[in-house]
Amino acid sequence: MAGKSRPEREALERQNAAIMAVFERAGFDHIAPDIIQPADIFLERSGEDIRARTFVFTDPSGAEMCLRPDLTVPACRYHLSHAAKPDQEQRYCYLGPAFRFPDELLSPQEFTQAGLEWYAGSDPAAAEARVLKLTISALEAAGLSKFRVTFGDLGLFAGLLADTAMPERWRRRLQHHFWRPAAFRELLDSFCAGRATRRTSVSELVDRVTDTDAEALVAAEVATRNLPLVGGRDIAEIAARLSAKAADRRETPLARAKADQLHAYLAVAGEAAAIDTALAGIAGGPRYAGARSYFAKRLFEMEELGLNPRRFHFSAGFGRELEYYTGFTFQIEADTPHGPVAVAGGGRYDNLLSDMGSPVPVSAVGCAIHTDRLKAVLA
Amino acid sequence: MTTLTLAIPSKGRLMEATSELLEKSGFAIARLGADRGYRGRLTGIDGVEVAFLSASEIAQNLRDGKIDMGVTGEDLLREKIPPDDPSTELVLRLGFGPADVVVAVPSCWLDVATMADLDEIAESFYERHGRRLRAATKYHNLTRRFFAEKGVTGYRIAESLGATEGAPAAGLAEIIVDITTSGATLAANHLKILDDGVILKSTAVLAARRSVMGDRRLTRIQEALAATR
Repeated sequence: MAGKSRPEREALERQNAAIMAVFERAGFDHIAPDIIQPADIFLERSGEDIRARTFVFTDPSGAEMCLRPDLTVPACRYHLSHAAKPDQEQRYCYLGPAFRFPDELLSPQEFTQAGLEWYAGSDPAAAEARVLKLTISALEAAGLSKFRVTFGDLGLFAGLLADTAMPERWRRRLQHHFWRPAAFRELLDSFCAGRATRRTSVSELVDRVTDTDAEALVAAEVATRNLPLVGGRDIAEIAARLSAKAADRRETPLARAKADQLHAYLAVAGEAAAIDTALAGIAGGPRYAGARSYFAKRLFEMEELGLNPRRFHFSAGFGRELEYYTGFTFQIEADTPHGPVAVAGGGRYDNLLSDMGSPVPVSAVGCAIHTDRLKAVLA
Repeated sequence: MTTLTLAIPSKGRLMEATSELLEKSGFAIARLGADRGYRGRLTGIDGVEVAFLSASEIAQNLRDGKIDMGVTGEDLLREKIPPDDPSTELVLRLGFGPADVVVAVPSCWLDVATMADLDEIAESFYERHGRRLRAATKYHNLTRRFFAEKGVTGYRIAESLGATEGAPAAGLAEIIVDITTSGATLAANHLKILDDGVILKSTAVLAARRSVMGDRRLTRIQEALAATR
């Protein structure tokens, strides 16, 4: 159906007014980030998967612009252009349209998103609990009564990984592949296999690399074969990576038991009440222990706010599709006769403001509510 | 009985091979009106009209339901019609016009052999150069699907409408996704195909709208072409 009728528009506006009243009463500053955004900041940050769903166009000067596919990045840009000191605590809320090419038949291409952004909060665990509490309160104010809360914690995984003995570059690659379960498993297997790693068309060159002569080797190869240096990477960059590949071969393979431990952690899922035992069953070191006590503190903060986190669902692998999150992640699904429908989500994303050009690190936690979907569920 | 429309490529090697195959199979194309008209009729069978279109228009028109059957490249069919779209079916591989859709990188990238390497490069590329790795291609959908399947996300597609293999040398992109038959053009442009970088082994195909599956005219054409190809 093209457009909304007056009653439909009024009903959505009433619902969203109730949501925003909750956010504003809690002291969040109601801002209006720009709808039209420079495309690069989204596309460079998000990669091709989001780009495929973003409406991109060119302005008369030739600059690539887009209709915002969500409001988190526009809110970050607002903050960076308005705040005198980006790392000074600031709390915003917003309500407005966002635009995406539909990825499935019934998803709308324009929809209204409501949300919160909390930058540089002084007590991170308390801020996370509070954002979750406000999201739930807002959904309840809109009339939602039956829903399910799922949350995850990327900090636990990062802690466990930091405690697992392996070269730092392996850790970085595993961290990067956390988002892609199949690639993660394959990579972990290759670290366990050590020298038995399968051969590729560059293996022969890797065989010839020693620590000192990688650059000379690459330079000689490029000269002999008369290869122009196209593609933006110079000889040093190519040589450094060949050296890293050679170093990987010489490395002691990762013990299978250590790999199994990481898999065991990622499989942890269930009612949050039973999670303590499951997490205690994973043998980590001091970083993992630190992440567990942070996890416990967050649960305590949730209880302080009157939430009952024991009834929430915890999943260690949750958040694997949402690349910019760095710690706490959550999703709220409405119970409907047709099954669960995700109506809100959020979490912590401490790197995003730096990625967007903040000169200082700024911690951030927030949420977004898909108000049209919520309206449909409540109708 | 309504007339079925069969679209065949309007020019080049694909047109010649298609006409030849149709004739060997006992059909001929009678062009209607002026000699160079873009419509015709298939002889040797009743009720089949022929439309001459570019190979990429054929895939597009199949998707949009403007034609019933068409001969086009599998690469174009897969690019224009997503795998979960039930409207169109690949009926028969015709065997001519073989070409691979491949991921190719500069030959000087001596450390890169696989899509997994490419993923690593894409990450460090962003950190080192402050922007995404660019893939020049006209196959946006094939590229997105294949890269997602291989777990590669940190790249951007740079639109390329022709001479894609020249994009890295021109500084318009770092890597390409393009069609190749012998690999000679890639080699001449100092590009190499990744070990696991073959997205699709394409040939010319006969495709049809699901709505005409089972129509005896389609069945007859399919059987005659299958016996001759």
